[in-house]
Amino acid sequence: MDLSMLWYLVPSVIMLACGIYGFVTRKNLIAILVSLELMLNSADLNFVVFNRYLFPGSMEGMVFSLFAIGIAAAETAIAIAIIINIYRAIGNTDITEIKKMKF
Amino acid sequence: MDSVGNIIVYFIIAIAMIFFSFKAVTTRKILRAATYLLFVLLAVAVAYFQLGYQFLGAVQIAVYAGGIMVLFVFAILLTHKPNDKSGLIDSHRRTWGIVLSGASAVVLIFALFYMPLLHGASLMECMQAGGEITMQQIGEAFTGSDRFQYLLPFEAISVLLLACIIGGVTIARKG
Repeated sequence: MDLSMLWYLVPSVIMLACGIYGFVTRKNLIAILVSLELMLNSADLNFVVFNRYLFPGSMEGMVFSLFAIGIAAAETAIAIAIIINIYRAIGNTDITEIKKMKF
Repeated sequence: MDSVGNIIVYFIIAIAMIFFSFKAVTTRKILRAATYLLFVLLAVAVAYFQLGYQFLGAVQIAVYAGGIMVLFVFAILLTHKPNDKSGLIDSHRRTWGIVLSGASAVVLIFALFYMPLLHGASLMECMQAGGEITMQQIGEAFTGSDRFQYLLPFEAISVLLLACIIGGVTIARKG
């Protein structure tokens, strides 16, 4: 039995689909951020898998994944700062109750 | 032909990824969703280790499982009561979610099985072809400015992180 590239890409696709489902159905801002992280992770995994199977001699996919992880960390920190600010303004983090850009 | 150990590890991480990512978006308790996300991140880190990218797996554990999850738990405990359950999803939203995620999954899986290049080498052949990536190679790739070297993005990301610190403090500050 061979572990070909397909074997790693199928869980990645399912992770992406779960992320999309959560992004559409969830109403809580933090839960939406969790779904976003799932989608970002499946993209990172794809970079690494393509790097390993198609271009095993180089490491560009790994470098891109490293940059993606760094940027995801920055993005999550800012998003959580915004969520805490919203909580301070309206008392919860439900997206259906956020109607104004400025309080 | 891959070794039995590799195949067993693959099945463990694949089942963990699928199961926990499914639970992370369907559970109604937000703290549990964050915990399931942590398990997904750890499974992805194990996949990186298995593919031979030890440094990337270590970064995934340190930054995602160590840093981002702490931020998540911090934010959840600041904004929710511990036993809060989110309300039931209305059927309209659920239909949209199932349609969109199902459509994207079907299209992507069709594309995957349609591509001819996917039925190629096994993991063992690729690992032998690529060899180990040493820390020195990674360091040289990040600190040079030639082809396939990434000094400029590396510096840009440090400025981005500085901007992120200042922005986070400015946004979350009271008043």
